[in-house]
Amino acid sequence: MQVQTAISTEIPSAPKQRRRRWRRDSTPYLFLIVPLVLLVAFTYIPVLNMFWYSVTDWDGLDKNKEFVGLENYRDIATRPELYGVFKVSLYYFFATFIQLGLALYFATILSFNTRFQSFFKGVIFFPYLVNGVAIAFVFLYFFRPGGVLDSVLAAFGGEGLQRPWLGDRSTVNYSLASVSVWRYLGLNFVLFLGAIQSIPAGLYEAAQIDGANRWHQFRYIIAPGIKPVVSLSFILAIAGAMSVFEIPYIMLGGANGSTTFVIKTIDTAFKFGKVGLASAMAVVLLVLILIVTAIQRILVPDEGGELT
Amino acid sequence: MSIRTGHLSALLVAFALGATACGSDGGESLTTEPAGTADDGSPDDATASDVSGSITVLTNRTDIVDTVFADYATKFNEQYPDVDVSFEAVTDYEGEVRIRMNTDDYGDVLLIPNSVTADQLPDFFEPLGTVDELGAEYRFITEQAFDGQAYGIAQTGNANGFVYNKAVWEAAGIETLPTTPAEFLADLQLIADNTEATPLYTNYAAGWPLGQWESNRGSISNNPDYLSEMARTDAPWSEGSDHFVIDSLLYDVVAAGLTEADPTTTDWETSKVDLGSGAIATMPLGSWAIVQVEEAATNPDDIGYMPFPNQVDGTYYSTANGDYKVAINKNSDNKDAARAWLDFFVDESGFAFDQGGISPRIDGENAPQLAGFAELGVEFTELAPPPAGEEGLTGSIDSEAEIGAFEPIYRQRIIDAARGQLDESKEDIFADLNSRWAAARSELGVE
Repeated sequence: MQVQTAISTEIPSAPKQRRRRWRRDSTPYLFLIVPLVLLVAFTYIPVLNMFWYSVTDWDGLDKNKEFVGLENYRDIATRPELYGVFKVSLYYFFATFIQLGLALYFATILSFNTRFQSFFKGVIFFPYLVNGVAIAFVFLYFFRPGGVLDSVLAAFGGEGLQRPWLGDRSTVNYSLASVSVWRYLGLNFVLFLGAIQSIPAGLYEAAQIDGANRWHQFRYIIAPGIKPVVSLSFILAIAGAMSVFEIPYIMLGGANGSTTFVIKTIDTAFKFGKVGLASAMAVVLLVLILIVTAIQRILVPDEGGELT
Repeated sequence: MSIRTGHLSALLVAFALGATACGSDGGESLTTEPAGTADDGSPDDATASDVSGSITVLTNRTDIVDTVFADYATKFNEQYPDVDVSFEAVTDYEGEVRIRMNTDDYGDVLLIPNSVTADQLPDFFEPLGTVDELGAEYRFITEQAFDGQAYGIAQTGNANGFVYNKAVWEAAGIETLPTTPAEFLADLQLIADNTEATPLYTNYAAGWPLGQWESNRGSISNNPDYLSEMARTDAPWSEGSDHFVIDSLLYDVVAAGLTEADPTTTDWETSKVDLGSGAIATMPLGSWAIVQVEEAATNPDDIGYMPFPNQVDGTYYSTANGDYKVAINKNSDNKDAARAWLDFFVDESGFAFDQGGISPRIDGENAPQLAGFAELGVEFTELAPPPAGEEGLTGSIDSEAEIGAFEPIYRQRIIDAARGQLDESKEDIFADLNSRWAAARSELGVE
């Protein structure tokens, strides 16, 4: 199909043609310069600086930074108060299984034609949009003695179940992990829903003709189709569980046994002025997440799935 | 769009975003040459008509920056009409200003963050005069001094003890203030038995109020050299020491169930209102808090202030220490104007008096809120400056040991142990703190 694109009727000379082509080809790169500059300035350069700080004993203010080699890394490996906090991340890690399970369940039943579909989708996704600080305050009131949770339990006759949800070390991490599940369920739900809806509808009809019920449809059509999204969500969830910070920090400041690795890093940097050690902790976390991502890539490689 | 427009718009976007991303000098105040003053780096005495320019004053008082401080600026301008003062109130003062100090842009006049060590003072602040010279006029000069030079003057002074609701204490049947920790515990028990109030509120969740307990050090034994001695001992939490007494009292109060039901859900702002109304009986805070609680109280006359329940030879002692110290940025372009404001603020503005504190001037008037101390015969203990070369040593050991004397972490641990959440006893915690202190001392090579 011929399209008239020339603006003038003149045929441009060779150098002009070359210049025009250069301009056209370089346009996308000019657009890319902006995010790249921001990325380098605000991510890569600070991270490189952080690698440098991690081999010094800088306190965040001093004009001199003294090189100490791998002493900070040795501290992290040998001091239980620094590596022991990963235990708290386990609570959030196991909570993500519940989170993904619920998200998958809701996504599956809401991908078929259910009544009030849009309303439920909105309700499930809404918590993800709310600011983390607001959520922290809401749940502080929710969990306080005589607060919402205790009142609801009392209304259903469950007074015996009332306890200091945040004050008791045996329940505090479960409480905080459930806040995390509530908050991030919506994101996983939306991702799964999108993946499920990308499966061609014809497959369901064909399956129904062959006599498959909903469970068979899930097991043989939906599950294989959304495998890449599930494995991606899983890897994000593990990385998220290792770097949990916002909810325990805003709600409790890391007190009462809710300190996570990132909270410990922040405290080390800003409460004790050990920026060198804290930088080393951040580097350790980065390496751990990279290892986990690498493992996932090996176990569940990116495959091109075809369903038709 | 055509190729040409697309290309052009790409360039424009790249330029615009690049220009905003780099170079954040937009907020810097314009500086005008101060007429007739020598710019030799040290704040000279200049006559009022000579001093001019714009200065930025950093403060942590977000609550009164637009009201009280604005009034001070107006009064200041009566004397120095050519100086333009603008205020910047910073919510997370310690954290944010410390980071800003890595640049040159941290205001002209600011308060010295507590985390700055003494040997770092000359790198960031302008020397205000020698310790001997300024020490004759002002209190607490040695608290931010190094090598004989003073770098900050206290904006107000604080006494330390407990803010309490007199009406609740009377209703519980207590007639005289406690003189020993055991009497204090007994009094709190009376409050628990006879009134509805929470006897003592720890403010565990907010965290920073737990650091207020630390300020009582030195007064328990009335020992001005307490900090230097603390740096020399391997067991600061041994039986009978100030820290042992203070932290034991905290442990015992919580263990006896005389504090709030769930510490993890405490709230600072409502605690002030509750103390004012009588829902809380006692809170350990510096005297700076008296004014804030009175403002939140239905009946300000109910609010009283008591020293730490401990007497040495029959006399109460309370540690007096300077609040934040006002200092001048070493990189300021308007040091004369900054010095003029600093002098006005500590000498004439009446800030210390308004805030219910001890005046930073030796000849200044103390606020009426502390009149009760005079009646009780409370004497002030001021911690002595460390010997030359050892400035900030105790703080360094503290940071190295990761204990955090003014941080909430180790006292939250004490509270958790006292309410049964941790398997540790008071003795276990003190033993651990002592061993960490000793390890830090050897790490830093202190004899």
